[in-house]
Amino acid sequence: MSIRVTNLTKKFNGFTAVDGVSLGVDSGELVAFLGPSGSGKSTILRIIAGLEAADAGEVWLEGERTDHLHARARGVGFVFQHYALFRHMTVAENIGFGLAVQGAARPRRRRRVQELLELMGLQGFGGRYPAQLSGGQRQRVALARALAPEPKVLLLDEPFGAVDAKVREELRHWLRRLHDEVQVTSIFVTHDQEEAFSVADRVMVINRGRLEQAGSPAEILDNPGTEFVARFIGEANVFEARVHDGQARIGALAVAVAGFAEDTPVAIVVRHYDLKFWCEDDGGCATVVRMTRLGDRVKVEAAIDGAGPIFSQFPRRSSLLHGIEPGCRIHIEVTLARTYPRSTGGVSDPARSANS
Amino acid sequence: MGSREPTRHLGPGQWLLVGAVVLYLGAILALPLVAIFAHALEAGVGPLLQTFDDPLARHGLWLSLVLALIALLANGAVGVGGALVLPRHRFLGRRLLDALVDLPLAVSPVMTGLAFLLVFGRGGWLEPALAAGDWKVTFAFPGLVLATLFVTFPFTLREVGYVLEELGTEEEEAAATLGASSWQTFWRVTLPNIRYGLGYGVILTTARALGEFGAVLVLGGAISGRTQTATTFIYNALEERQEPAAYGVALVLALASILLLAALEWLKRQRRKEI
Repeated sequence: MSIRVTNLTKKFNGFTAVDGVSLGVDSGELVAFLGPSGSGKSTILRIIAGLEAADAGEVWLEGERTDHLHARARGVGFVFQHYALFRHMTVAENIGFGLAVQGAARPRRRRRVQELLELMGLQGFGGRYPAQLSGGQRQRVALARALAPEPKVLLLDEPFGAVDAKVREELRHWLRRLHDEVQVTSIFVTHDQEEAFSVADRVMVINRGRLEQAGSPAEILDNPGTEFVARFIGEANVFEARVHDGQARIGALAVAVAGFAEDTPVAIVVRHYDLKFWCEDDGGCATVVRMTRLGDRVKVEAAIDGAGPIFSQFPRRSSLLHGIEPGCRIHIEVTLARTYPRSTGGVSDPARSANS
Repeated sequence: MGSREPTRHLGPGQWLLVGAVVLYLGAILALPLVAIFAHALEAGVGPLLQTFDDPLARHGLWLSLVLALIALLANGAVGVGGALVLPRHRFLGRRLLDALVDLPLAVSPVMTGLAFLLVFGRGGWLEPALAAGDWKVTFAFPGLVLATLFVTFPFTLREVGYVLEELGTEEEEAAATLGASSWQTFWRVTLPNIRYGLGYGVILTTARALGEFGAVLVLGGAISGRTQTATTFIYNALEERQEPAAYGVALVLALASILLLAALEWLKRQRRKEI
């Protein structure tokens, strides 16, 4: 079942949460809405489900316009961040709820509940109450409950946000496997890049109520379409400069930029893995300020002569790190930089290092 | 959550404080209750049982029971409805209405009775309309119902309101996405979730209805065998120096209070078990 929304707009007390969003999800796809908190991604999801009414725009499920339909008539499975399990019902009653209110016969209900308990690895938990389960188990019950009436689409709102890191990792793999098995068109909302890139077929980056870019994880990582995406995805250095002779000068560091008119204000985004630092006797263009150990990697922060800070990361035993220590002079080579025209009107700086 | 913190031993200052609280509660709560039992049972159970041969005493108790039942049903239903609508919807005058809900707690019942008299009583605003339909409100059963409904109005609405606020709307949203109608959602999800709040509200409503005195006295007039409730019976019996009758009915009310308290405790315990 495909999902299509056009020109979706939603305001809350004058605050524009969703600002003219159009997007499409193909049948059987698993898509992630990725964006900082407050970017409107959950609101879009809730509008698709019918839990929120849009001020303008249309929602289409499998070629059928549904934005006038009540949530109960849309055939959408929804998974909430905090599970929203019916606390006074057992696991089996929770899973069977959708079929029960839709009037399914008891034997069919029982079979379906049993099927889902098995699919979710929850055999033997049917008689328990939600309060007797762990966070990961509760979220699997919530998923089972959403899937039981065989929804046309499955929508998950920050599904793994409320469980701890290790369980989250397991649930991610498990959601991916489940989707490969069940093949129901799914959208999940997350602010976690790793989650979006490791689970989804396609990622849609959302910022300030707008769709910034949609594409496969590789496309978004390799070709960020906007300055926001470049800044938000991965840890990046962002410099502001003006183009001069096909170059942007960042203090003592010069970066080649092509295709911009002389004197254009630009933002240059450089990923930490597109940078080389090395130590040599003569000169250099920056001074190392700090070195931080991040597990098996080392983060090196330096100050460029005549400009601001720059950072990179290297494997602990990398030869590039040879001789680098706080206070020493380094050379910098930018192997890949992305340049965007400076948007006027102030670009937000949501997460310079959203991964750290 | 892990196991509870072990109880710490009290210091001398804390002992003093606990002692003061126990003394205070004993003096204002336990002592009067004990006194009622002691007095009522002073001459044995015999004279007490005679109280119930008195048709006026029986009528008073019956009337109080009926009024309490009406109050808990009506204000139970209105309370649940109000608690669902008031905090969740935005409409003109919502804040004013929300503040008005607590009015019965702030206003003296005697004043309430008086106010109702001004509306329904002789020379009152609605007197012509009532007279036309040959309806009698004041010094009659409808007046008692009105007074009781008014003084017991806030309890269920507030108790259920707190629970709903804590609960949020996610479970109801989940039910909707699963295909449940509003009606199904209410009966299968909302009502089970608010049942303890509703229970507290109904118990408080019943207790308050049984104990109401001022408003039913002013509006009902405590006419023996007609508008005399259990509390006004006690008052009249004391005035007429028929102490055993007063103690007998008071004892029944006290027993009802203890039962209601026990029910409240049981509800609290059930609720704690589930969380």
